Amino acid sequence: MSNHNHDAHAHHGDHDHHEDDTPHGSLYDYVVGFVLSVILTAIPFWLVMGKVIDDKTVLSLILLGIGAVQIVVHMVYFLHMSPKSQGGWNLMALIFTLVLVVITMAGSMWVMYHLHSNMMPMPVNMNSMP
Amino acid sequence: MSNTHTATAAGIRTSESYYLKEEHHPENGTMLGFWMYLMSDCLLFAMLFAAYGVLGRHYAAGPSGADLFDLKLVAVNTAFLLLSSITYGFAMLAMHSKRLGKTLFWLGITGIFGLAFLSLEIYEFVHLIHEGAGPQRSAFLTSFFALVGTHGLHVTFGTIWLVTLMFQLKKHGLVPENKRRMNCLSLFWHFLDVVWIGVFTFVYLMGTLV
Repeated sequence: MSNHNHDAHAHHGDHDHHEDDTPHGSLYDYVVGFVLSVILTAIPFWLVMGKVIDDKTVLSLILLGIGAVQIVVHMVYFLHMSPKSQGGWNLMALIFTLVLVVITMAGSMWVMYHLHSNMMPMPVNMNSMP
Repeated sequence: MSNTHTATAAGIRTSESYYLKEEHHPENGTMLGFWMYLMSDCLLFAMLFAAYGVLGRHYAAGPSGADLFDLKLVAVNTAFLLLSSITYGFAMLAMHSKRLGKTLFWLGITGIFGLAFLSLEIYEFVHLIHEGAGPQRSAFLTSFFALVGTHGLHVTFGTIWLVTLMFQLKKHGLVPENKRRMNCLSLFWHFLDVVWIGVFTFVYLMGTLV
């Protein structure tokens, strides 16, 4: 197994980089990622616990936006995602998964929302409908 | 005639084996495979998030998120998980600088943060069930317990894996196999933190905005 790490660099061709070539960050990367995460975690908690914004829709959108940014921060600084890792396969798999996740989430919410808006409020004049 | 035959056959065979070697691409196959597992796990969580998104407002005249969630507790839990993420990062850095003792130390700290997270979550669950807000109370609570519980289960298994890995490191040192395991657990641990971002944003913070 240990041989694999050394003789199987098919697309690198040279052996003079890392001993094990999984991408890893420096201390700087981890600290930057951590500081950004703390800020991006503190802001949404402060917004909700301090009742800073009254409009619930705006607040929800801000929370989702900050959450998305923080996920990207984690991906880059902690999971060391880059377009080059594993020859691009990591990113390809991630994009494919994200497409499926968006279809699942948005699709379920959309379909179920329509189902509810068509079924739940039981119009009073239902009997008069054809 | 037969000579040329065997020669070409041999030539074909060697070129075949050459190409097969090239196509078989074992460089870091484990890491890519583990990434694929994480992506499938991501889909699992997407289903649970979708279920919560659909059912999260169906209280069946029971308590809502605003009644139940203690955001201070969630903030502390989030801090535990975030701190465990950076201490795992420190363990990885110690591993890359080939310092076994330091690696074990930071892994231990990570494990302690993981256990602290789990005990707070178990406390929260027990408290909710004690208040009569168990998973059978409403669709909202069913989907809540399914989503947060699945995440907690992942953290539990991650912690078990971490402790196992500490014993393996102690026994065998920083051999390539253990480095590979460290890399896999690194992905797993940081991935759980990413899922938790979704949980505290979508479930806890947005759940209190009723």
